[in-house]
Amino acid sequence: MSRYEELRDALRAGEPVALATVIEGPNLGAKLLVRPDGGAEGSLGDENLDRVVARDARGELEAGLTSTRHYGAHGEARERDVSVFIESFALPPRMIIFGAVDFTAALAKVAKVLGYHVTVCDARAVFATVLRFPMADEVINDWPDRYLAKVGDELGPRDAICVLTHDHKFDVPAIAGAVKTGVGYLGAMGSRRTHEARRERLRDAGLTEEEIARVMSPIGLDIGARTPEETAVAICAEVIALRTGRRAQSLRDTAGPIH
Amino acid sequence: MKEVLDDIERWHAAGHRVAVARVVGTEGSSPRDPGATMAVNDAGEVAGSVSGGCVEGAVVQEALAILAGEKERGIVTFGFSDDEAFAVGLTCGGTIRLFVEPLDW
Repeated sequence: MSRYEELRDALRAGEPVALATVIEGPNLGAKLLVRPDGGAEGSLGDENLDRVVARDARGELEAGLTSTRHYGAHGEARERDVSVFIESFALPPRMIIFGAVDFTAALAKVAKVLGYHVTVCDARAVFATVLRFPMADEVINDWPDRYLAKVGDELGPRDAICVLTHDHKFDVPAIAGAVKTGVGYLGAMGSRRTHEARRERLRDAGLTEEEIARVMSPIGLDIGARTPEETAVAICAEVIALRTGRRAQSLRDTAGPIH
Repeated sequence: MKEVLDDIERWHAAGHRVAVARVVGTEGSSPRDPGATMAVNDAGEVAGSVSGGCVEGAVVQEALAILAGEKERGIVTFGFSDDEAFAVGLTCGGTIRLFVEPLDW
């Protein structure tokens, strides 16, 4: 099988993989296809270079990054004989939405547009149905804390958890489970007053002030959103702003690079 | 790459040869990130994009020249830092570096 065919099959099967290409230097165009489990196919023309690039590519793949790196002809650091473009085909970031309500459908739609793998989870079987959330990648009928105990270890800084349950019975265990994960975004729906009351309940549930401070609530950027769709945009915009570390003002009112 | 796979497969099935251009670096403001991919077949058909439409025309010429054997695979730079490509700059004023190669791997 050619490198292209291996890449094609991996992408179609939804398997994470990184493709390294020599874009400057000897063996121009040479390819190394790197798998997260340690396997690799092809060669950049030098055994040591292959080993170093495979190691770096796995790091990039884990972080979901794509970049050009420079090496010596045998993989030496701080040399520039060879430029290698490492393209990560990471799994999509995940958004887990707790609470199967109207806002959930709108949020799942916008999150899909942004490329998220979307999970809707609710303990109430009548609400958590594929029929109500056809846009979600999966609909789980389970308690939030029990579900997070199963998948929490797989979550990282690219992933987001949104708690839309609007019911202490569900959102306290959801937030308590979520703060134990490494997600980059944790938001919970509710008015300022609701969140004040919820803080108390979270403290009672044993969460530290630091853990409670991770919760974005009231959820979303201040854009005056009212409808479920507008709220979904406000939430997703906040997810992006938190990831990029921006203060989310209008570009017109700021200076400097826009990306 | 993923978004151009279906077109590449269709072109291969029809006996076309294919070249691929990928964004491998950007400086300043640029519309697409590294990894953005455009595929071109030997009949001049195009799939995918590497900018906001600013440089695609020039990339097609580059890809066709490579498929015709008139040029070697390599890096092509578009933007204000490259005098040769000055005429085909990005409207946003940034610079993008593309690696253009035949899909012979």
